This record gives sequence, C-alpha cells and structure tokens, in this order.
Amino acid sequence: MTTLSAGGTTPHAPRGSAGGTPPHTPRGFGRMGRALADSRKATLGAILLAVFIVFALFPGLFAHDSPTAEAYDRNLGPSGAHLFGTTGLGQDIFAQAIYGTREVLEIAFGAGLASTLIAAVIGVAAAYLGGFWDGALNLFTDVVLVIPLFPLLIVISAYVHNSGTGVMIAVLTFTGWSYTARQLRSQALSVRARDFLAAARVRGERASYIIAVEILPTMISLLVAAFLVNALYDVLFASSLQFIGLGDPNSVAWGTMLYWAQNNEALQTGYYLQAIVPGAAIALLGAAFALLNYAFDEIGNPALRPVRARRRFGLRLRRPAHA
Amino acid sequence: MRFVLRRAGFFLLTLWAAVTLNFFLPRMMPGDPAIAMMGKFRGKVSGQELKTLETIFGAGSGESLPSQYVHYLGDICTGNFGTSLFYFPTPVGTVVGGAIWWTMGLVGITTILAFVLGTGVGILAAWRRGGVLDGIAPPLLVITSAIPYFWVGMMFILIFGLKLQWLPWSGGFDISDTPAWTASYIGDVFEHAVLPALALLITTIGTWTLTMRNNMVSTLAEDYVRMARAKGLRPHRVMLNYAARNAILPNLTGFAMSLGFVVGGAILIEYVFNYPGVGYMLLQAVENEDYPLMQALFLLITVAVLVAILLADIATAIFDPRTRSSR
Repeated sequence: MTTLSAGGTTPHAPRGSAGGTPPHTPRGFGRMGRALADSRKATLGAILLAVFIVFALFPGLFAHDSPTAEAYDRNLGPSGAHLFGTTGLGQDIFAQAIYGTREVLEIAFGAGLASTLIAAVIGVAAAYLGGFWDGALNLFTDVVLVIPLFPLLIVISAYVHNSGTGVMIAVLTFTGWSYTARQLRSQALSVRARDFLAAARVRGERASYIIAVEILPTMISLLVAAFLVNALYDVLFASSLQFIGLGDPNSVAWGTMLYWAQNNEALQTGYYLQAIVPGAAIALLGAAFALLNYAFDEIGNPALRPVRARRRFGLRLRRPAHA
Repeated sequence: MRFVLRRAGFFLLTLWAAVTLNFFLPRMMPGDPAIAMMGKFRGKVSGQELKTLETIFGAGSGESLPSQYVHYLGDICTGNFGTSLFYFPTPVGTVVGGAIWWTMGLVGITTILAFVLGTGVGILAAWRRGGVLDGIAPPLLVITSAIPYFWVGMMFILIFGLKLQWLPWSGGFDISDTPAWTASYIGDVFEHAVLPALALLITTIGTWTLTMRNNMVSTLAEDYVRMARAKGLRPHRVMLNYAARNAILPNLTGFAMSLGFVVGGAILIEYVFNYPGVGYMLLQAVENEDYPLMQALFLLITVAVLVAILLADIATAIFDPRTRSSR
C-alpha cells in the first residue's frame, strides 16, 4: 500500500506541472467573461437570448390566451385584447408567438449541442489519432460536408412525414455536424504538438482521457462559437421545414405559424401580422445567436476586435498596474 | 495535377455516397414508407408506374437488398431515373431539364453577384480598419445573415409586389407572354427575377463580407504586405494584388461549397415566388409524393454542388502554388 502510493508520487509530479491546463481554464473563463461584457454585440445578443429563454420557460406569465384554442373571431386585426390580432382559425397570434419560443429553443439547444458534441469527438479524434483514423474520419467528414444539407433535410423529412420536435432534432444533428468537425480538427492539429500532451502521453493516459480532459478544454471558446452557429442554422432550418409543411402542422412553433399564414394567403388578403410576427421572431432569435457568435469570434481572434473596443480594453488592463 | 486527380476521386466517392443515401433512406425509415406507398398506389396507377416505384423502393419485387442495390446503381449510371409519377408518363430527366435553366439563371447569377459585392465590401472594410464602412457593415450584415431567406422574400412580396406594385412577384414570366427570344419576353423574365434575386442577395452577401474582412485583417498583418508598403507601392495595388489576392483563396472553396447552401435557400425563395426552378419542383414533388422526381432532383442538386467544388479546387490549384507543391 505504502509502496504503491510512494511510487505514485513520482508520476504525479509531472501531472502537477503538466496541469498547466487546469489553472489555465478558470483564468481563461475570467478573461472570456470580461471580454464578453466589454463587447456591445455580445451584450445585445445575450439580452435577446435571455428574453427568449424566459418566454420559453414561463410563457404563461406573458400570454394569457391558449396558443391553440380557436376561441376568437377569425383574422382579427391588432387590438388591446389581441396585441397581434388572431389567425385564420381564430387563435391569438401573440400567445402563439410566445408559446412557440419553447419548441424553437428546444430544437436550437438540442440539435446545436448534439451536433457540436459529435463534431468535437470526430474532429478531435481525427486530429489526435492521426494516420489511418485521421484519413478515414476526415474523408467521412468531407463527404457529409459537401452533400447539400437543406435538400437532404427535405428528402428525409418527406419520408418521415410530419416530424415532431424529437425527429427534427435527430435529423438536424445527423446532418449538421460536419463543418464544425472540420474546424475543430484543424484547431486540434495545432494543439497536438504541445508539451502538455506529450506529458500526458508519457504518464500513460488513455487517448479518450487525453481528448476529453486535455484537448477539449483548450478549445472552449471555439466550441461555444461553433455551438452558436449550429444553433442559428438549426433555428433557420427547422423553421424552414415547418414553413413548407414538413414539420408537425399542429405544433405551436414559429415555422408552423408561417405555414398557416402562407396557407391562409395572409399577405394577399391583408392579414400581414400572421406572416410578419413569426418571421420577425425567427430573425430576432437568429440575430441573438449570430451576434453572440461574432463576439466569440472576436474573443478567439483578438486581431478581429473593433479598433476602438481594443483600446478601451487596454486602458482597463493598465489601470490596476498604475494604482 | 495529383491534387486535381485526388479531388476528382473525392468527387466520385461523394457522388456514390449521395446515390447510396438515396437508395437506403426510404428503406431505413421507421414504419417502412415503401410498403405504405406501394399500398397507396396499387390499383390507382398503371403497371409501369408500379414498376418505377418498385425500382425505387424495392418493395414487392422479391429481390434481395444487394441485388436491388446493384440494379439501382446500374439505372443511375445509365441515366435512368425512372418515370415521374405526377407528370406521368414523362421521364424524370425530361421534367427536370425544363426547370434547371430557371434555377441556373436566378441562383447562379445572384450567387456570383453576392460573392463579388460581398468580397468587395469586405476588402474595403478591412483596408479602412475602424472607418465608417467597417463600423456599419459587419454588425448590420451579422443581423441580415440571421434572417430566414424566405421571410425576406415574403416581405418583399408584401412591400414591392402588393403594396407598391412595382414588380411582379409570382412565376418566372407572365402567363400571357409566349416563351420566345423576343425583347418583351426577355424583359418580362428579367422583371420577374428582380425580387427573388434581391431577397437572395440581401441574405447571402453578409457571409462573404464577414469572412473576407476577417481573412483580409489577418493577411494585412503579414510581413510581405508591410514590405510592399515600405517599397512605396500605390495603396490600391497593395490592397488588391498583395493582400486581397491571398485573402480570397480560402473563400474560393467556401464559395463553391456555399452553392449547396444557396441552392438550398433558393428552394424556399422559388417556393415563395412560385419561380419555376428546381427547388420549386422539388417541393412540388414532395407534396405530390412523386418520389422518383424527388430523388432525381436531390441527385441533380448534389452533382451541381460537386461540379462547383471541383471547379473551385482546380481554380485554387492554379492560383495557390502551395496546393500544387504539397501534393
């Protein structure tokens, strides 16, 4: 027992020094947080996203009508009782918009997280394992990457018929990981030769451990940026599929609202809000993801930061030094 | 040369993957859409149509899966995509041929325009770092790239088509016009293309500007650009011949790859504007459950994207000596 632990101390020593990563990560997070707070784009994006998350969690607080009840006169204009009017079936549009947030966010976070995770595993494994595995995984990624995504989504959805949230997430995940995988692979390739990985290999860690604990944490800002892009495209793709009637036509979702607006010929008949409200909601949520992603790109690559913001950032860093 | 050959191999591999996907997708689906579909069409359609369905789904033929697969591959290689169920008895190839030129014209020209304009704005924004353009364009374009294509199209229909009545918003040409090479017909086609093209342009231009600006920012920091400046070369020469020429290389492949995405986005633009292209036809095929036509269109779009990527690879090999030397 004692010999074991005594023998254990020696291999532990390099772990401490190679552990340049663990103390590194919290500092990285702190810097990331400060940079985020400094970016006006990130602030705007975060506020928008937070508002939508609150809508999705507590829709009843904001909308007092049921989103599905066909309780009112059809095609009413906007009024105090119905902020955005009613649909061709007599449902309250405001309530639909608020309640619809939930499904869109479920798809965005579900498919966005899942595809980013798959991409991270495949991309980093390819870069780290190298040789045959790199060749095979890379080829697979490239093939999936160039098969046109949206037509493929349409074909799959056509066979599935009226896909609900779960199927939608599965299909979007299955088709949407390749671009991120390629990006993460090249990042992982650049990390591969670093000393702390050599140290981990020398002390005999398994490849799966090195990938999950040593490599992935160095790519956090890239992973977050990738998730945000994936979430953005998942919102757009899911809404598009629902719009052309390949979603569940009875679901409460923004794309489905647009589908009914189109069926109802809302534009031609003058009931504009039926088409404007859900589309604007998609655009706002998309903008939230896009703004956050752009801000994260600037954090990952400081050269891209706006010139003025960088100056402000510099001043803030200097102040404690003078004090 | 070796680089191009390798890319050609990749082209064939991906094509095979797409064909295989087409074959296995309907067979993999839960609840077996093949059986359901066959049951639905049996009795309603002629024997030949039923045969078309059999080749696609393999249901009822009693053939084993591998031998079905070999048959299917053989059919595709000889250009036999079966018969369209909706436009029966026209072969799928003929049906598709009528739609493809509309899409090539609308989407092709718009994509090139978006690439050229977007890249130009990106170059200027990076060159005048911190200037007015650099302050306004990136954040604005971040937001426009997040708006759904089809919704922009709907808003254009509402504003310019229905309210202001400036431009037609449905179809590829006026029904009263007969297709011919006359000035009035060509003008009519052009008029009908303006709104869908603008909607596409607005939503796609942002990506080009942003990626080009970011590439350009990195390139401008390189030593050879500083060297060019130190030599006292004219600013626009440094900007275009030194910085932009290198910054554009990663975007060439991206440009080709995005064609897939643009064709995808254009599907909805064509749908919203009733534009008689490939995308509109694809959605009609889905709606009519015309599976032979749907499969052929999916393959056609894939091939179009692959050809574009191959061309971009060849272009990159010509413009970027590094790809040639590194095998």
